[in-house]
Amino acid sequence: MIPTSGTIFAVTGAMVFALGVAGVVLIDHLLRRILAFNLMGSGIFLILVGLAQRHDVPDPVPQAMVLTGIVVAVAATALALALVRKLHVLSGRLTLPEDGE
Amino acid sequence: MTTNEWLPLAVLASSLMPGLMIFALPESRVGLRTLLNLAGALAKLALVVILIAGVAAGERYGVRFAVLPGVDLAFKVDALGLLFMTLSTILWLLTTLYAIGYLEGAPHRRRFFGFFSLCVTATMGISMAANLFTFFIFYELLTLSTFPLVVHRGTGKAMRGGTIYLAYTLAGGTALLTGIVWLNHLLGHTEFADAGILAGLGSEHAGSLKIIFVLLIAGVGVKAALFPLHGWLPQAMVAPAPVSALLHAVAVVKAGAFGIVRIVDEIYGPEFAQSLGLLQPLAVLAAITIVWGSCRALFQDDLKKRLAFSTVSQVSYITLGVAIFGPLGTIGGLVHLVHQGIMKITLFFCAGNYAETLGIHKVSEMNGVGRRMPLTTLAFSIGALGMMGVPLTAGAISKIWLSDGARAAGMEWAVWVLWTSSLLNAAYFLPILWRAWTRPAPLAWPEEHIPARSWRETALLLLLPPLFTAAATVAAGLFPDAAATPLAWARLIAESEYQMRIAP
Amino acid sequence: MTAVLIGLIVLPLAWATLAFLLGPGRGAVPAIVALAVQLGLAATLAHGVSVDGALVHPVGGWGAPLGIELAADGLSAAMLLLNQAIALPLAIYARAYFAADDPAGRHFWPLAGFLVAGLNALFLAADLFNLYVTLELVGLAAVGLVAAGGGTQQVAAALRYLFATLLGSGAYLLAVALVYGAYGTVSIATLLPLVTAEAPRLILIAGALAGIGLALKTALFPFHFWLPPAHGSAPAPVSALLSALVVKASFYLILRLWLGPFAPLAAAADWLPATLGAAAIFWGSWQAIRAVKLKRLIAYSTVAQLGYLFLIFPLLAQTGALQAGVMQVFAHGLAKAGMFAAAGVIIKATGQDTVAGLAGVVERLPVTLFAFGLAGMTLMGLPPSSGFLAKWLLIEAALAQGAWIIAIVALAGGLLAAIYIFRVLRQAFLLAPEGGDVAPVPRTLEWTAFALSATSVLLGLRGVELMRLVGSGG
Repeated sequence: MIPTSGTIFAVTGAMVFALGVAGVVLIDHLLRRILAFNLMGSGIFLILVGLAQRHDVPDPVPQAMVLTGIVVAVAATALALALVRKLHVLSGRLTLPEDGE
Repeated sequence: MTTNEWLPLAVLASSLMPGLMIFALPESRVGLRTLLNLAGALAKLALVVILIAGVAAGERYGVRFAVLPGVDLAFKVDALGLLFMTLSTILWLLTTLYAIGYLEGAPHRRRFFGFFSLCVTATMGISMAANLFTFFIFYELLTLSTFPLVVHRGTGKAMRGGTIYLAYTLAGGTALLTGIVWLNHLLGHTEFADAGILAGLGSEHAGSLKIIFVLLIAGVGVKAALFPLHGWLPQAMVAPAPVSALLHAVAVVKAGAFGIVRIVDEIYGPEFAQSLGLLQPLAVLAAITIVWGSCRALFQDDLKKRLAFSTVSQVSYITLGVAIFGPLGTIGGLVHLVHQGIMKITLFFCAGNYAETLGIHKVSEMNGVGRRMPLTTLAFSIGALGMMGVPLTAGAISKIWLSDGARAAGMEWAVWVLWTSSLLNAAYFLPILWRAWTRPAPLAWPEEHIPARSWRETALLLLLPPLFTAAATVAAGLFPDAAATPLAWARLIAESEYQMRIAP
Repeated sequence: MTAVLIGLIVLPLAWATLAFLLGPGRGAVPAIVALAVQLGLAATLAHGVSVDGALVHPVGGWGAPLGIELAADGLSAAMLLLNQAIALPLAIYARAYFAADDPAGRHFWPLAGFLVAGLNALFLAADLFNLYVTLELVGLAAVGLVAAGGGTQQVAAALRYLFATLLGSGAYLLAVALVYGAYGTVSIATLLPLVTAEAPRLILIAGALAGIGLALKTALFPFHFWLPPAHGSAPAPVSALLSALVVKASFYLILRLWLGPFAPLAAAADWLPATLGAAAIFWGSWQAIRAVKLKRLIAYSTVAQLGYLFLIFPLLAQTGALQAGVMQVFAHGLAKAGMFAAAGVIIKATGQDTVAGLAGVVERLPVTLFAFGLAGMTLMGLPPSSGFLAKWLLIEAALAQGAWIIAIVALAGGLLAAIYIFRVLRQAFLLAPEGGDVAPVPRTLEWTAFALSATSVLLGLRGVELMRLVGSGG
């Protein structure tokens, strides 16, 4: 049985999401963590786009959600990068220091 | 709002308002602060007099506010509450005068008198509470407002005393809250009523009601210094003398005892409590406390600690009285609530006088102090004799009624306990009197702060309050059958709890 | 009334932008004025909802499922009221707190404005995706506030917070996608009748994802790791806003989803939040008792107090439990804001932020210490505070359903809170060490802290109105 394109999108999206989450949680290097976060977002967007393709005429609602999601992800990434840069300037580190207490 | 509604609130305001104003005044405004204190105390006294007249004439005072759906903040003024209120008001006035004299020149007086006023407000709230919910609110407020007084001196020792005080009282408060919420859940309300409110509950709740009783009594028993919850009281002696006087005669300890009276008589009702078999264990616990407190007192050299253990013992007379089934015992307990207050405050005032004037803190330092401070020692002696139950003092009246009640209820063992306690009281008070009056004075007192001036052995404000209360102790003993005595009052209350007339 | 709804969202956006345009640190006055207006709007809304019932307004005239709808019922109106009621005193506090050249204060106003706008929009959102957007807005603004002007510790704390919050909203967004996949709509009102007890497994996964994501944002144990560093190292006004309001927003969302679309599925799992809540109470209190720094202590206290909110979930069959939760949100919000404000004053005055350094504060900063004490009363659940009312309602609801253990946990939590609160108070009553210098602090700071704490206590005397509001409008 050939899986439908919707299913392919869904499964791939789920796997990419899981990879992204694992990355954010387990990786120490901050820049890679940010990349993992973007991966996580892409996974969700894949699933949404897959949902949009289920009917004959593409469903605009999930596509609108993806657009909004991309904008939010860009803003979040920008904030994260700015903070990582600040941390690097202040302490020379690219990983989070141990929590003091 | 009608007069009958705002009078209870005015009683609260008469100490709350001065308290808040005292917090707002700078530390240096001594005169204004004194004025506020006295004005508040006198205003409160006037209000209490009005209330007494009203209640005697059959007026009903009370007001309630909805706090939650089905749960009210409710005040009422009944005979039992008035008994506690009057005692508190008069003794507050005296303690305020005493404190003004005692803390002369001491730092942090603004803080002291501010919290002092809050403490009395809480006590008024406790006496006027019409249900357990309101009672609990002011009971915990009492804990909070007395903590700063206990730790007033700010030393490490004061902190330790304060910590122990809090540990006991907050834990007790938790037990009390548990009991109250449970009771409210079973019954739908927790209003106080003569002869109790629980008789209507079916017998399937008997087990729950017993556990609730234990929780409630444990909760109020901490403040009432019931064994084994009394440990905080001797530790709290680190507070200045006016605080010890207030804690032990008026506010905290009596609030606990008052709570026990309310719970046994006006939530459970004497008949119902007896039917559940709750009164006997309570009586036994009270008896243990009476003897234990007196035994511990024997071995204390620190004067205030000896008086603290004496309080532990004496307050349980009230508990014993309430736990003895029958109106005579209840009368004995109630009348002792007042008498013990007057006598104990006398003793603490005197202890404070010895410390402030001559630097005496221990019994072993009291040799010959009777010659140097005869009036104070006279007051002390009267108080001590009252504690022993010597005839013609207030203490004797209480003991007579308690013994009669015990016999009437078939609890002869309680009579033995009372006699043993009197003997123990003699054992730890008579040596003090012997030392003070007969032994020669030492060459120098530990620290003479206040020199004697003709008959004024110490500051006037320190001298007059204990003399006044000592006189009251004797008066109560000499004229027990007069109409306006605590005894007549106690009889009135017992009659409504047991719903019967009591022969004098 | 629609103007009220719009105003609550547009007004903070406006003053946030204005504050940004005016330049660093200059946005205080417009913020305070606008917040006062917003408070009036929230009060009007609350009154309107209690009289007329729930309100719905399609933005731009486009209704669901394609358009965005704003909806206000009793619960939203209450949260909006709390929001403005805490933000206004904190704005007055922040104005006096940030000295002219303080780097932390430079970007406080625009960020705070966006935070308030996001929160208001969140409480008014009526569909799941709009909620995602507002959640993100709130999260990013909060992270910015934590990081602003700070050193290594603060930036690291902000990054930790950022990753946690992004994980949380990522999980939530996935959940929204799955729900859309199953039912073709994200509007809460439309979803209500569609989700039944026999929902497809997809919906269960969605529910779990949304739950985990929002629990991360609410710092529920064991997802609380980001909160103590973030709230403990941020400047006092920021910590106050975060502890009092931001974590409550995601909790509000959990409550909405639990009582709304996911209700038929929730009953099976209701002891899980309660267990985690109990763990939060014990762990948070334990860490607070051991904390060396004052603000860290208060932050751990937040972790513990949030645990109370989750104890209500097994009891929600009774209205008393929901009332307990709302009362606790109000009590904790006001008290924690007051407590952080008081801590800020103490730290500014004594120049150091450890608990041990508090000796003698009672004589030098009596109003502040009183504020701390009043807030502590609420957190301990001592009468007559609103915290006591919340505890009473919770225990009553627990007893009514035979859930003994919840009552015991709530009571134990109160005693544990007493230990760490009195740790601070006792230290403050100690005699001051010689030579300890106390810098003067503006009176505004002390009195706003006092106002917040006093409100948390006085609210305890008027619980009836709040309950009526929450119950109205469905």
